[in-house]
Amino acid sequence: MASVLEIQDLHVSYRSREVRSRPVLSGVSFDLMAGEILGVLGESGSGKSTLAASVLRVLPPNGQVEKGAVLYEGHNLLQANPEELRQIRGGRIALIFQEPSLALHPTIRVGEQVRQVLAAHQSSPKNVLNDRAREVFTHLFPQDTDRIMRSYPHQLSGGQRQRALIAQAIACSPTVVIADEPTAALDPVTQAEILGVFRSLRESLGLAMIFITHNPALLSGFADRILVLYAGQVIEWGPAEAVLRLPQHPYTKALLESLPAISAENEKSRKNKLPVIAGNSSPSSLPRRGCSFEPRCTVRMDLCREFEPPLVKLGKLHIVSCFKYKE
Amino acid sequence: MEPILKVENLVKRYAKRNFVGMPQDFLALDGVSFTVSAGTTLAIVGESGSGKSTLASCIACLETPTAGNLWFEGRNLIQVAESDLRKIRPQIQLIFSDPASSLNPRWKILEILIEPLILQGRLSRKERNTHAFSLLERVGLSSDIVERPSSELSGGQRQRLAIARALTLDPKLLILDEALSALDCSVQAQIANLLLELQSSLAMTFLFITHDLTMAAHLADEIAVMSQGRIVEQGPSTKILRNPGQEATRQLLAAVPRLPHATFPATQQ
Repeated sequence: MASVLEIQDLHVSYRSREVRSRPVLSGVSFDLMAGEILGVLGESGSGKSTLAASVLRVLPPNGQVEKGAVLYEGHNLLQANPEELRQIRGGRIALIFQEPSLALHPTIRVGEQVRQVLAAHQSSPKNVLNDRAREVFTHLFPQDTDRIMRSYPHQLSGGQRQRALIAQAIACSPTVVIADEPTAALDPVTQAEILGVFRSLRESLGLAMIFITHNPALLSGFADRILVLYAGQVIEWGPAEAVLRLPQHPYTKALLESLPAISAENEKSRKNKLPVIAGNSSPSSLPRRGCSFEPRCTVRMDLCREFEPPLVKLGKLHIVSCFKYKE
Repeated sequence: MEPILKVENLVKRYAKRNFVGMPQDFLALDGVSFTVSAGTTLAIVGESGSGKSTLASCIACLETPTAGNLWFEGRNLIQVAESDLRKIRPQIQLIFSDPASSLNPRWKILEILIEPLILQGRLSRKERNTHAFSLLERVGLSSDIVERPSSELSGGQRQRLAIARALTLDPKLLILDEALSALDCSVQAQIANLLLELQSSLAMTFLFITHDLTMAAHLADEIAVMSQGRIVEQGPSTKILRNPGQEATRQLLAAVPRLPHATFPATQQ
């Protein structure tokens, strides 16, 4: 399969009042296949939202891409001119944010908001745009299409608002959708429903997706491959099943172990202490050199403090950044 | 065991008007009854809008229920005089999901911790500071941060601070309203461990309000499932997980994201 999006050696940093700028992504490389769901797993501060923003160059003003390339169908988006970027943003690559109540305009009917996205990308007559908007809404709201289109965001539930945002994102038939924690604000029932929507969109429209989350359990049975970010670096990347079932990097292992299991059988472990990862990943506690996970790692070696671990290929697709493994 | 909290037929009605101005009341709590035994954890789970947080506000005396009774240690909070309520309130503390918005970002950590004591007029200045330091240690925060503003803390540290502040007045009941859901998974585990530790050392009672059934199952002795302002099912955690009796419970259980059964190789090698 061909890749639709390729990130090469991306370095992004944020300037701050202090003299030194703070690196947020250092050397992130991966690719996204057509029709693939790539789960990006990372905790706060791992750079996962910065990754989403740098692909479409919507970084905050103090953010800067230092190095690297974002190749979309062969074009480097980091060198694209504003007009090309305008066509690509929302048209070819769409971005969905976490908080649906902030991403929608509060005083415009949601149907009109989707029509405006279409109008920004194509100069078709009004009735063509209206028909397309209706078509998109029918896809996401098979029942009640008309009522939803005429509603204002506050009249919709959290799940419906998220669906309306998805309608906006897919209106121009993009090939890539980047979703940054799209279900974090939803309760589990609605969350499962929205994951179902994404799954069916992939099947019916062949969308490729980058799904960013901090919750590994969400990616199970949903993502095809998982990229684990820690302190702005890819530390593990592989098929979802392999990463979740047999995690290789000490961080991924420890993260998955810290989740409580839900089953009636584990009565014994209930109310027991969960295994935790000592320390934290705040920028001030990261080491200046060596492996960024070294201070919290339970299997660290002397080597880890001095050198940055290389990316080791474990299988055809499984990559891990740790000195414990050799090719 | 003696119930520390007994909720009887609690009703909360919010007056609302529809778009033409006709009164159209919203029934947030529709006759909720349950009891919590001292030293145990009751988890209240349910979809958004099922009334979980309204229930928390009513128990913490932040909202006045429309009808019903709230018995806390044998006294009915609905009927006690305001002056008595002032003595009871410190024993019930609330912790919210977003510690960033429940702590004043410009206050020093020490100020945040001693304010409840000042308001209640307890202890001398020196004793207050000693108390604050011992609380920080209890929740696993280093005491050299007391002079820093709370905005400099990470999410997990802030939630630890929010817990420390709630513990300042030696509460008997801690209401945790989605206290873990805004945190990263590995930080959730740390805070969950802290809660378990506090419960076993201080014999505190927890009301754990959440939509995360996994964490509820891990931390709670009993689970109550809420739907549309009512408790539709309540029982020991294991029973609820094994034999969900109600549709609402089954739906919640089915929606829980699960990891494939992992076969972890030992981390120590």
